[in-house]
Amino acid sequence: MSDEKQESPGAGAEASETPAAPEATAVKRPKLVPVKKAVPVKAPSAPADEGVTRRGLFSALGLGWLTFVGASGAFLAASTRFLFPNVRYEPPSSFRAGLPSDYAVGAVEERFKAQYGVWIVRNQEGMYVLSTVCTHLGCTPNWLAAEQKFKCPCHGSGFRMSGINFEGPAPRPLERYAISLADDGQVLIDKSRLFQEEKGQWKDPASFLRL
Amino acid sequence: METFKEIVNFLTNPKILLILSVVMFAAGLIFIRFFTKPIVAIAGAAASVVFFGLSMTDENFMLIVAKADNVPIVMMVVLVGFFTWLGMRRAVINDQLMEAGQETMERRETKQKVFVWPDLVYIEFLAIILCTVGLIIWSILLDAPLEEPANPTRTPNPSKAPWYFLGLQEMLVYYDPWIAGVLLPGLIIVGLMAVPYFDPNPKGNGYYTWKERKFAITTFLFGFLILWVTLIFIGTFLRGPNWNFFGLFERWDVAKLEALVNVDLSEYFWVIWLDGGRPTNPLLRELPGLIVTAGYLFLLPPILAKTVFRKFYAEMGPIRFNVMIFLFLMMASLPIKMALRWMFNLKYLVAFPEYFFNI
Ligand code: FES
Repeated sequence: MSDEKQESPGAGAEASETPAAPEATAVKRPKLVPVKKAVPVKAPSAPADEGVTRRGLFSALGLGWLTFVGASGAFLAASTRFLFPNVRYEPPSSFRAGLPSDYAVGAVEERFKAQYGVWIVRNQEGMYVLSTVCTHLGCTPNWLAAEQKFKCPCHGSGFRMSGINFEGPAPRPLERYAISLADDGQVLIDKSRLFQEEKGQWKDPASFLRL
Repeated sequence: METFKEIVNFLTNPKILLILSVVMFAAGLIFIRFFTKPIVAIAGAAASVVFFGLSMTDENFMLIVAKADNVPIVMMVVLVGFFTWLGMRRAVINDQLMEAGQETMERRETKQKVFVWPDLVYIEFLAIILCTVGLIIWSILLDAPLEEPANPTRTPNPSKAPWYFLGLQEMLVYYDPWIAGVLLPGLIIVGLMAVPYFDPNPKGNGYYTWKERKFAITTFLFGFLILWVTLIFIGTFLRGPNWNFFGLFERWDVAKLEALVNVDLSEYFWVIWLDGGRPTNPLLRELPGLIVTAGYLFLLPPILAKTVFRKFYAEMGPIRFNVMIFLFLMMASLPIKMALRWMFNLKYLVAFPEYFFNI
């Protein structure tokens, strides 16, 4: 309400200013004249353009859009391509991890955590391989030997040595990888095969190496 | 001094701290006239300063507070406290003015309008300069904490999100990542944006008031002060190695042992209460949890509409009311789940680990 009131006197003041300052308008007018002269020069060509304008304008617009869409598409395709590297430096998904006799019974081997992201556990019956990815949100838990559990530092999930989740928010046990014996008697671990307990896959003989 | 620390450690047990903050929150709103008196506020501020000063003598507290990461949290606590108080004080004054049949403070102020240029722009310009100066001084005095290069096998323990996300991180302890990381944050943002559309009540527009908007203010402040700010505080000061809880002055002992065996509702229901085994069919197994959840989300709103919120329902109509009550229930689910976890070690009401779906 009051805004309008303030505006209207302002507008009135401007309107009254123009006649009050004839010198200012006099200066402006000569500048306007050449522009006005330029318009008649263009004018003869204008009617000739008008017939083309509709179609010409639209085809020009269409062409412009097409170019734009094409360029954007090419850019998008190039960016997508960029996401897939030519070479990937990933450790091979299967590796040998020494002889079973190298492993102490009832211990969690952390030697391969850094390079391959696995824990190798040896118990009375045999050996299995646990993934070091927390099933809650993917942090890397720590093995707490004193408490005999894996404990995640992000939201406190805890897993028993078997990989079973028992505390914190993790909804499912740690995943296991395939384990077998190679011809030379070494333990062979295949990370391309996953075994999830909640799907009953731990019963698969490939997930556990009986010794 | 030692007994003082013991008491504080006891009070900052998260369960007690959260109950305490809710009680304080309720008391603050019930005795709002008393708490908005300047003298009370000054006394409260002085007490906090004394408490903060005394706490600084504790090395464990110092370790947390002096961390460059955590400086903004102290500022946040001070600023949130001050501005909440200021807003509530103006609300109380306005309520008194309106009771006496007078105009609100804001009405009076806005009678006289000023120009954007130069009046507003001038103030903004000054604010920008002051903020920039402050940030520059801050960045000169305190170095940004750079840590060792990232190593996927060595997660820092505890692993903490930036301070402003610690409330979210605390939420992740009680929920499936999908809910705590995607659904609830999305609902907070969308829900706050939706408020003006489902809340057609024009009272409180452009002026502070408490009497006219008790429900709205209580709900918002509960969500903000308790479920956001307090959780940030808990995440900063009380969460230590292995994401265990530690008292305010307790040493962050990596070896602190805390047994928290969590159990899903399905296990409570089938194994403990019915003394049987869990059914193998996942749908049947999770039936109790599904019923509870469905009852909470679909049965509770009509019941509330008929009882406690009858007036709101009449004013808002079914669609607005249902949107409001849905957001309200989703917010309330956080303290409910925290309480269930703390009291019964309940992990998930509904757990389909097979399908990455847990509630
Ligand atoms: S990522 Fe491990 S507990 Fe959340």
